[in-house]
Amino acid sequence: METPQVHRNTLSASLAARPLSVWDRLKDWVDKRAHLVYPAPSTLVLVLLFILPIAYTVYLSFHNWNISATQPPRPVGWDNYVELVKNERFRGALVHTFYYSLLAVVLETVLGTGIALVFAREFVGRGIARTLFLFPMMATPIAAMIGWKIILDPSTGVLNIFRQWGMPPFAPLADKTWVIPTLVLVDIWQWTPFVTLIVLAGLTALPQEPFEAALIDGATGWQTFWKITLPLLQPVLVVAALFRTIDSLKAFENVFVLTRGEPGYASETLNLYTYLEAFEYYHLGYASSLMIAYFLIILAFSLVLIRLRRSSW
Amino acid sequence: MVSPRTIPRRGGHLGGRRKGNSILFYVLVIMIMAPFIFPFAWMVLSSFKSEADVVAIPPKLIFSPTLANYFKIFTAPNLDRYFINSVVVGLGSSLAALLLGLPAAFSIARFRQQRLSLAILLARIIPAMSVLLPWFVWFNILDLIDTYPAVILAQLSFTLPLTIWIMISFFEDFPRELEDAALIDGCSLSDCFIRVVLPISVPGIVVAFLLSFIFSWNNYLISAIVGGADTKTLPVIAYSQIGYYQTDIGAMAASGIVLTLPVLILTFFVQRYVVRGLAFGALKA
Repeated sequence: METPQVHRNTLSASLAARPLSVWDRLKDWVDKRAHLVYPAPSTLVLVLLFILPIAYTVYLSFHNWNISATQPPRPVGWDNYVELVKNERFRGALVHTFYYSLLAVVLETVLGTGIALVFAREFVGRGIARTLFLFPMMATPIAAMIGWKIILDPSTGVLNIFRQWGMPPFAPLADKTWVIPTLVLVDIWQWTPFVTLIVLAGLTALPQEPFEAALIDGATGWQTFWKITLPLLQPVLVVAALFRTIDSLKAFENVFVLTRGEPGYASETLNLYTYLEAFEYYHLGYASSLMIAYFLIILAFSLVLIRLRRSSW
Repeated sequence: MVSPRTIPRRGGHLGGRRKGNSILFYVLVIMIMAPFIFPFAWMVLSSFKSEADVVAIPPKLIFSPTLANYFKIFTAPNLDRYFINSVVVGLGSSLAALLLGLPAAFSIARFRQQRLSLAILLARIIPAMSVLLPWFVWFNILDLIDTYPAVILAQLSFTLPLTIWIMISFFEDFPRELEDAALIDGCSLSDCFIRVVLPISVPGIVVAFLLSFIFSWNNYLISAIVGGADTKTLPVIAYSQIGYYQTDIGAMAASGIVLTLPVLILTFFVQRYVVRGLAFGALKA
């Protein structure tokens, strides 16, 4: 016990003789406050990128402005929010957005789980299949939507294959009833693999014992699935569905490239409507109130996700 | 006692235990895969068709392929410029994210800073659309619109949370003993981070970098709003060409393929981490 003490004393004595360099002192200063200094730059950037803009958007939402340099924002009180509540296009966009998300999330969760159960088996080419499966969600969205635009083209698209058997020309994107389900189809194509991969990860983490017990008790595959696999998978499914809910509320590229909200406003979603008001009509004040409403809706879903995260992880 | 391995598995749904090798099973796999591959396959086919073949009804599956569409898009003016823009913005926003994000992720993992990690999750969730307007206004006021720094800074809104999140899970897996051993040896925390933790975390850093680069390459909205004539990235130009190539489906298809091919190649290197990156540690996959 004694020797190291002595050693340390002589060491510090020799150090004291040579003054610490600025660099060493800086390092020492940083080390003592690492829990504050290390995250500081990131925190600063995120405050700059998110907190300040949201504050500024709130400010703008109580003003009218068309981004003119000579005319500053004019205060209008709650006018933009009153307009928001009365605006039929906004209400339409809300309905379309929720309809789109509900369809997409339900179908993607069911399909994604089903596909995961198939992919959970070992088979030759499984690795390749899983990599190819990533392509729809990793591909550049604008490129993928170019592909879908070609496929869905009313005069040269793939549906024209059926015309040789007498089916009349059909343009689902120009049809008020079919336009959102068609956009959802594209969303399903793009994001079902995401659910599949989450469920696959969840499947491999499941405990073995309940399945062995079920097997010994002579449960059928169907019973095992409904009574054991599904309940055990539930937390994973809820998280996957919530992520899909939040992200499908933000769907943009498919609507933007394939329909731009048409026919009429039949496929106009909240995200697209906000985009148009802000960056095509330059109604910055009104667009800001839209952004705040949109932000609060997403935040509400996020809080559910965060609560769940806290309880189960 | 019967070992679990000897129990025949019938109708179980356990990951990767049961083998499915019947022909019927492969038919099922192909039926599942086909719709997901179809749009890419259709786009590739269309891109090699002549102007007459691509509009033929019923669509032709057998045709004499041509490279005319690729010649057309590669000789489009300024393509090299847009390519460079995409690369500069991609490199800039993913490298800046690493520079800022690595220490933050290390701190969150080491000191278990729950609130900070929650803030990062929120940053992943907030729609870009609801913060894009102030950036646009401010960059206009600062005369930074259509400059690399503006586009890179705006793209940090997604590359930084992504990088931090991926690195947190890598740093959490890092053997704490190694770190402590370095600290006991009289290594300062910063030395330990730079000389011990970072070198061992290179695989994680590469994954974070590649994923950031892919998402930056893919991004349309931010480049379209904050960028301009000088900083247009490839997705922006591809979108604006949709109208231009309206009747020229072959050229449109070729531009789609060229735009996404680099990303699909990079996907091979990060495939194991895609879900971890997108689901933000909802699962320790």
